[in-house]
Amino acid sequence: MSTQPVNAAALGGAKPKAPVQKEDAMWLQKEMINANYAELASAHQTGRKVSATFVPGNLNELLMCFDFARSLPETNALQNGMRKKSGKMIMDAEREGHSEDVCTYVKADLGMMMGGKGPTGDPLPTPDVLLLSYTGCFTFMKWFELIRQKYDCETVMLHVPYQGDGHINKNMRDYVVKQIKENVIPTLERVSGVKFDIDRLRGYMRESAKSEENLVRVLQSAKHRPSPIDGYFGAVYYIGPIFTAFRGMPEATKYYDALWHEVSERMRLGKGPITPDGEMADEQYRLVVEGPPNWTSFRDFWKMFSDEGAVVVASTYAKVGGVYDFGFRHDPEHPIESLAEYCLGCYTNLNFPQRIDMICKYIDEYQADGLLINSIKSCNSFSAGQLLILREVEKRTGKPAAFIETDLVDPRYFSAANVKNRLESYFQMVKAKRVAAAAH
Amino acid sequence: MKVADIVTHCGKLFDDLSFSAVKDWKAAVPGRKAVGYMPVYVPRELIHAAGMLPVGIFGGGDQLEVIQGDAYYQSYICRIPRSTIELGLTGRLDVLDGMLFPSICDVIRNLSGMWQILFKDKYVRYFDVPQNYQDAVGGEFYVNELKVLRDDLAKLAGRPVTDDDLRKSISIYNENRRAIDALYEYRAQKPWQAPTAEVYLVLRAGLVLPVEEHTKLVREYIAAADASPRAKRDNARVVLTGAFCEQPPLGLIKSIEMAGCYIVDDDFMLCFRWLIGDVPLEGDPLVNLSGAFLHRSAATASKYDEKKADKGRPLVESVKHYGAEGVIFAAPSFCDPALLERPMLQGVLAKHKIPYTAFKYAENTGQMAPIREQAGTFADSIKLWSAA
Repeated sequence: MSTQPVNAAALGGAKPKAPVQKEDAMWLQKEMINANYAELASAHQTGRKVSATFVPGNLNELLMCFDFARSLPETNALQNGMRKKSGKMIMDAEREGHSEDVCTYVKADLGMMMGGKGPTGDPLPTPDVLLLSYTGCFTFMKWFELIRQKYDCETVMLHVPYQGDGHINKNMRDYVVKQIKENVIPTLERVSGVKFDIDRLRGYMRESAKSEENLVRVLQSAKHRPSPIDGYFGAVYYIGPIFTAFRGMPEATKYYDALWHEVSERMRLGKGPITPDGEMADEQYRLVVEGPPNWTSFRDFWKMFSDEGAVVVASTYAKVGGVYDFGFRHDPEHPIESLAEYCLGCYTNLNFPQRIDMICKYIDEYQADGLLINSIKSCNSFSAGQLLILREVEKRTGKPAAFIETDLVDPRYFSAANVKNRLESYFQMVKAKRVAAAAH
Repeated sequence: MKVADIVTHCGKLFDDLSFSAVKDWKAAVPGRKAVGYMPVYVPRELIHAAGMLPVGIFGGGDQLEVIQGDAYYQSYICRIPRSTIELGLTGRLDVLDGMLFPSICDVIRNLSGMWQILFKDKYVRYFDVPQNYQDAVGGEFYVNELKVLRDDLAKLAGRPVTDDDLRKSISIYNENRRAIDALYEYRAQKPWQAPTAEVYLVLRAGLVLPVEEHTKLVREYIAAADASPRAKRDNARVVLTGAFCEQPPLGLIKSIEMAGCYIVDDDFMLCFRWLIGDVPLEGDPLVNLSGAFLHRSAATASKYDEKKADKGRPLVESVKHYGAEGVIFAAPSFCDPALLERPMLQGVLAKHKIPYTAFKYAENTGQMAPIREQAGTFADSIKLWSAA
């Protein structure tokens, strides 16, 4: 664990904050992400083509086969959110005619592109190709259509059918495989000028599987009491490399080795998770969280939990870029089929009964006290119907569930006082349930 | 029948949230079944070929008090899933033996899973359609999806659905499409004779009536409307777009017309006009349905445009074909597909110097004055520009 002072001015705040404490692996992933932005900034000068693709269903290993510098629009938006830059970008997009009702990731991205600079302040070049992995989110399709409309980018669609019946069937798999072979690969070859080499893809996928193995170990360490990690706020850092431009790279393998080493050591010593304010000493509540976090007030949001001794032991958001904890691994022996399986299996591509089953399983296996849903205004894919999830999970597990509402990157939709009130009431409810259970 | 009688009949069907027409159809022959579908498109031919009645469930409109449905959704979700759940939980949809949820947006997609949980004894299917339009890729996927749906419906009906059954149904739906096309052409030629508030009700009747009956009704309406001359006004001719899922209240359509606009094309109930032209009857009927979907189907926000140049082209063509002078973007609040699509379409219209205006509504919008004012100002501006 180490600390780094926060430059309040850089974050746009007037009041200096206490130094942020992070695990070493967290610093490492931050370096990786910053290096990727630097790579993107100089890509065109160094003759590299730039791709953009979405986190769920991202074909990072495949893009690497064509030497693309890789940008992920949701990651850009969340990075801008964490750096307090997204509010202006969203308003810039709204001034351009985008509705106040629609996804703020989209508007933050469009606003950022108008400014031409990425989250780190480095230039972010217009992508040479948009790989539209249409996985688990309808908005993705419109998002890249909007970018194509404005910036004239080459776009290739990868339509990933939804698991409406709660399973992946042969027709769905074959359809995705065919698109990869007949549409995606030829387009990437043409744009990049690099010939596809399936053995190169296999090599990357071997690396991916190693990282996935360690990521699952890390996430499942939260079954331990006390949990050595936070499976939501902390997991944001753990999933960063594997969900974005690094899956399949040796750097990612190294990162997950280091991370697992660090976490397993903490578990051995019976230590709790590292929060921005330091190590959590006393685990009071174990929660499962459904829904993405708020990014504009990420640290304050986390603190509302850590101040109460609340640890998130599992979250659905940590599965948005791939559900690995139920056994899926990228398979170098069947590379294209495996990429298809990966896309089809991402969390938001699961149907409602599957999502509810997963949450109930987490509550049981991670011995959680209950479920908290962070309902995100921007994200219908996650949010539409979450109130039914809440009822069903309560009914099936007997554990209390609570509901809060925030947004991804629109600071106008984060009301700290409301969220804190709700959380405090929820923690009291959990406590009361415990007392009642102990009395019986 | 006179126009007023036809419109009154259709109005009663529209107002009837207990779906009596469907109940009556089922009661007429014991054992009959009905399958509901939501916007934007399902191949109703398959339901028909299984001997069942396809029933369009397009929300609860402005007459349904939504109480339970609101408990399932946050304030930032559109109205149609709430009123649909309300219809279901209050037993109004008990008459349906199954429900199809087409691929249109994440909200309807998620509703399919909610329906599986809330109505466990009903057949429920999320109906996926391809966003890849190559016959050997998206087409093959789609034909297989159609096979699954056909087999499911056959099981529900308790009898096989043969290729000949399907061909007959396709033929019947081709006839319905021709009648609706004729209605749209007629309205565009003489919008004062066929006001959209009436055309809308005639179309809505098709959500609950057997297709054969609806085709007859549409033809009757055209003949009756043409037989009784009405006053022609100097209204602005507009295309209305964005209303392909959650429907506007009828009062909103009337308000636009009262404000001085003739709606000469629209995307209400796009399912009736999804497939453009006849679906061929020779050969494999599923392949024919797939081909029609891939290569000859309506453009809307829930479909991917393969090329940048495709974006907005059908809207511009509609403006030209129907002789419109402007476009009204009328989208439901919180409708991601319509609202994300809108700036792109507006950009295309601007390039073609086609005037437009935009507003949002909800299916239960009650205040029409602002919409009437906006539509009126738009109509006036068109008339002033055209005069200049």
